Amino acid sequence: MSTNQPQKSWQYREVATHAPGLNALADTLIELAEEGYPVVAGSADVMYSNNLVKFAERFPDRYIQFGISEQNMVSAAAGLTTTGAIPFVGTFASFLALLCCEQIRTDVAYCARPVRLIGHHSGISMGFYGTSHHATEDLAIMRSIPDLTVINPADSASLAAAIRASVDHPHPIYFRMSRGQEPEVYEATSLNFEIGKAIEHSQGEDLTLIACGIEVHPALEAAKVLRSRGVSVGVIDMHTIKPIDREVIIGTGNFSKKIMTIEEHSVIGGLGGAVAEVITDEGLPIKLCRHGIYDEYALIGPPTHLYRHYQLDSEGIVKKAEQFLGGKNEFK
Amino acid sequence: MVAETSIDVETIQRVTDKALFIREETIRLISIAKVGHYASVFSCAELLSALYYDCLRIRKGEPDWVDRDRFLFGKGHAAVGLYPVLVEKEFFGAEILSEYTRVGNPLGDHPDMRKVPGIDFSSGSLGHALSVGVGMAHGARLQKKEFLTYVMLGDGELQEGQIWEAAMHASTYGLSNLVAIIDRNGYQLDGEVDDIINIGPIRERWESFGWEVHEVDGHDVEATIAILREIRDNPKRTKPVCLVAHTVKGKGIDYMETEPGWHLGWLSEQDEAEAYELIRGDK
Repeated sequence: MSTNQPQKSWQYREVATHAPGLNALADTLIELAEEGYPVVAGSADVMYSNNLVKFAERFPDRYIQFGISEQNMVSAAAGLTTTGAIPFVGTFASFLALLCCEQIRTDVAYCARPVRLIGHHSGISMGFYGTSHHATEDLAIMRSIPDLTVINPADSASLAAAIRASVDHPHPIYFRMSRGQEPEVYEATSLNFEIGKAIEHSQGEDLTLIACGIEVHPALEAAKVLRSRGVSVGVIDMHTIKPIDREVIIGTGNFSKKIMTIEEHSVIGGLGGAVAEVITDEGLPIKLCRHGIYDEYALIGPPTHLYRHYQLDSEGIVKKAEQFLGGKNEFK
Repeated sequence: MVAETSIDVETIQRVTDKALFIREETIRLISIAKVGHYASVFSCAELLSALYYDCLRIRKGEPDWVDRDRFLFGKGHAAVGLYPVLVEKEFFGAEILSEYTRVGNPLGDHPDMRKVPGIDFSSGSLGHALSVGVGMAHGARLQKKEFLTYVMLGDGELQEGQIWEAAMHASTYGLSNLVAIIDRNGYQLDGEVDDIINIGPIRERWESFGWEVHEVDGHDVEATIAILREIRDNPKRTKPVCLVAHTVKGKGIDYMETEPGWHLGWLSEQDEAEAYELIRGDK
């Protein structure tokens, strides 16, 4: 498997500058600040990982380096909003959503502060860095917090669009993003992004793949393969996990025979859980397969190898989908 | 402690009277809830009074005035002593106070900024407020605002690691518009603070974290007013300020002062009558 790195010596700080998703993050915040929005950015000793260093260089007075003090960062961001600032604070999703869970619940969401939390390097994208750096529970945890909007964009264009759409959003937001190095799904110019409204790529009578985040791209690829094998398959990008687009699920439930959710996250409580809740609430006559990480601590390994291992690449999704279409829905 | 100050007698009397008012109201309100943190309020009654009836730049009836000084109650469990003050500041009506903790009432044991005008930030989970204050201090600086952010912390609260994250941060950024007030009453829920987890030496710790540190007897009204004014009116400061207020938990009720179990409790009707006499000095 090839890596994204050139075949020469390199240092960690260079990585982000080549990552489209991370550039989208920094560039969009810079644009908003230049347009006059009171954007303040902060990070916890990972500004080269999330590329917020780019924002810091452009707006040094509006960047706050928190050092390795994530909880302080989240609570301080909540305090900052009281003076009219829109703070975007980011760190690895594992630390943001798990270590700072209580600060997010109590200081940000309960106090209704319009903080924008950026949980990056989510899921198993930290690969061989290990479980401490994996975040396969963050969607479930964040989704259970009242008044918190949870968004998991598919690529750099939708991340940029989501950040833009968030400017006037009254609620705090947890943005989940990966390493920013994932393949592009959308053309920025033609993307119509609305928080809470899923992007329906296609409809299928046999099966609908509902994916979020970095699983949207392989889901689209998998759908092509399945179609070539005669399956009528649809694909939905459910970028907003909360509030979830109930209407699109209800529409799908009345049209498609089966739904398979795909997420780089535990199958418990995340996208799959959210879709299952709607299906149950509405009594939809549909079978559901939740695909993701099956209630376990993921192995370590290079990320692309892990996606293959966990059948979260397009080949794996095809395989899982064909089993499901054949009547098998195993919890693994 | 302070030999001579320029504080006038009327101010000292007002702050003294209001400290008594805070204690009386605390007893009255807890009689509604039938459980509460008397002792935690009594240790900081003079501090609250000096802040709200002398030091803080706030406007009656305007809880959201943008230039007001902010007050964050890290030890949010003592909010019962603050609510009556906010009524006097005309931030909300006395009728709300009389329904303290009843179903649907905005006033609970811990203060909620979404429900209670005049509460600058919700609290209840210890250790968060100084970080929130850090954010407000940064915000003031970005907005070029002169207001100060005061954060009152319990001494037991200093056992929370997040406090020290915020302390390091504030001095690194030279947040001289941030004032931490430590209610050093020596007790926490399970016993004596320094027996449980030693937080001292407090002055040296805060100084070593880069803060300007002052100490005061938190029941000496005149000295408390004087030091709060001195902190407020010093424009040349470059560091965040920590005021260590030495206090007595349960101050005013002798048996609460010596029994840490009174961190949380309830006075029967009979004991309540006696408690009023004790705090008024009639007994």
